[in-house]
Amino acid sequence: MSFIKIFNQLNWDEIKESIYAKTASDVERALMHPVRSLEDFKALISPAAAPYLEQMAALSQRLTQKRFGKTIQLYLPLYLSNECQNICTYCGFSLDNPTPRTTLTPEQILKEVEVIKSYGYDHVLLVTGEANKTVGVDYFKEVLQLIRPYFSHISMEVQPLDRQEYEQLIPLGLNTVLVYQETYHQEDYKKHHPKGKKSNFAYRLETPDRLGKAGVHKIGLGVLIGLEDWRTDSFFTALHLQYLERTYWQTKYSISFPRLRPFSGGLAPKVDMSDRELVQLICAYRIFNEEVELSLSTRESQHFRNNVVRLGITSISAGSKTDPGGYASGQQALEQFEISDERRPTEIVQMIRNQGYDAIWKDWDNVLG
Amino acid sequence: MTPLTIADKIFHSRLFTGTGKFSSGQQMEEALLASGSGLVTIALKRVDVQNEQDDILSHLAHPQFNLLPNTSGVRNAKEAVFAAQLAREALETNWLKLEIHPDPKYLLPDPIETLKAAEELVKLGFVVLPYIHADPVLCKRLEEVGVAAVMPLGSPIGSNNGLQTRAFLEIIIQQSTVPVVVDAGIGAPSHAAEAMELGADAVLVNTAIAVSQQPVQMAKAFKMAVEAGRMAYEAKLAPVGITAHASSPLTAFLDEL
Ligand code: SF4
Repeated sequence: MSFIKIFNQLNWDEIKESIYAKTASDVERALMHPVRSLEDFKALISPAAAPYLEQMAALSQRLTQKRFGKTIQLYLPLYLSNECQNICTYCGFSLDNPTPRTTLTPEQILKEVEVIKSYGYDHVLLVTGEANKTVGVDYFKEVLQLIRPYFSHISMEVQPLDRQEYEQLIPLGLNTVLVYQETYHQEDYKKHHPKGKKSNFAYRLETPDRLGKAGVHKIGLGVLIGLEDWRTDSFFTALHLQYLERTYWQTKYSISFPRLRPFSGGLAPKVDMSDRELVQLICAYRIFNEEVELSLSTRESQHFRNNVVRLGITSISAGSKTDPGGYASGQQALEQFEISDERRPTEIVQMIRNQGYDAIWKDWDNVLG
Repeated sequence: MTPLTIADKIFHSRLFTGTGKFSSGQQMEEALLASGSGLVTIALKRVDVQNEQDDILSHLAHPQFNLLPNTSGVRNAKEAVFAAQLAREALETNWLKLEIHPDPKYLLPDPIETLKAAEELVKLGFVVLPYIHADPVLCKRLEEVGVAAVMPLGSPIGSNNGLQTRAFLEIIIQQSTVPVVVDAGIGAPSHAAEAMELGADAVLVNTAIAVSQQPVQMAKAFKMAVEAGRMAYEAKLAPVGITAHASSPLTAFLDEL
């Protein structure tokens, strides 16, 4: 059964109601079960779990250390292009945003790579908007061939592709694909994506299935926190994760928690999520799933990042620039969103060490495919 | 207790039984009826399908018994496929318990030949239930070739040692997308209840019933144990253990700004 069939059997409002109806004893049971179900996950993300945050954090820390040890992986986004044919209400690259557009040439990419390598990175995340004519599979092939010699782990966060397209990119060095659903609320999804290929909810929802079938090593999931009720959206993410783990069992998974950030264009978040709630969500994912990688971007503040590295997170970015060409040029003009933690990678590594953790630069090797 | 569906069949009992080792056909029939079982395995090598008076078959002629022929005795995939085709013709069912154990001493299943045979048999239209080691990866590989359920062993067949493979059964149950039937090693009703509490979809019991002093009474005991275990699983067991307490607060930083 494909995920869309499972998804179509569920009702957003009913799920939401069931999350908000969870009680303290549901939370206590969830904390004590040796293996947690989706119902337990609901309890852990519910308002009823708020008083249990310290216990959740302690458990999340213990489970994370059991599986990952005291390590944090580092990666850096490389923005290749800000051309985009879509309108997304929350994004600085949106077609209706009169921002100058650029797509990096091979020479420009190599300049970026030089800076990124000088920081010490071995894992890079390629990011683009969605402009299939100029930034399509042929461009991605070219980029992978160009940068593969410099990195042992290459991730991609670009428009969803067809299965055959992913199959062409994997042998060229593509390890991981991140594809966030943004929101699982189908009607609101349409409102936030009124124009362009991205407005096709179902095609996006089925992307992880295409990735699983294509045999990519790792799939990243997530929603954009702020668009809709984060608890309900996170439930659907967890459901999606569980389905994928059982179906594409040879694939690894990661989850990210992007909170809506200011950008030039400006949609204010519909739903505010406090720091406390984000900690609750991170711990809930860990308690629900001991293997999933949890990733935190530079959208979050220094203070927050310093403290959550010990609570369940397994990878973070540091020193990010979200505009194409930003590393080599040092400018900040065309960025997708404002970053919050602006510390240099060396400072982040020091912070990780100060917390008693090891910063991992390399976690894959080209010879592994 | 929710009924169990495997392929296109619905089972109201989650206790599956075997037909070996009983002291007589009559005793087997009484015990199996008492067990409430709806799926009964039968070794093709043991029955004379030409003979309606066959001692095993004649005692299984009840509408509630679905027959599950097994390939016990074969040593590789090729022999298994051949035996399966014979069974389908003779017993008029495309259901099959796939057993390949080249090792005559412990009767441990051969994972490589089992996977090969399962793939071929699914293509030939069989509803395949493979008997395997409690190997989570093998279970996923079998799912991918289209088996209808997996039957991991609890401990060596006939040993009555219970769930020695419990840690692996837990993983299999957690990640399986097809029903999990714990087979082999279940020697006491408490073992069966334990498997059901873990979340197994069904258990298969033969030796423990057949060789007990009173097979009919033991069959009833297993029936009750399987029901109890399943009911407990559905009612969600009360949690065990204590929650972790951090030595210094991990979330105090949230109050700092
Ligand atoms: S979120 Fe992606 S698709 Fe939407 S406007 Fe931004 S870059 Fe384009």
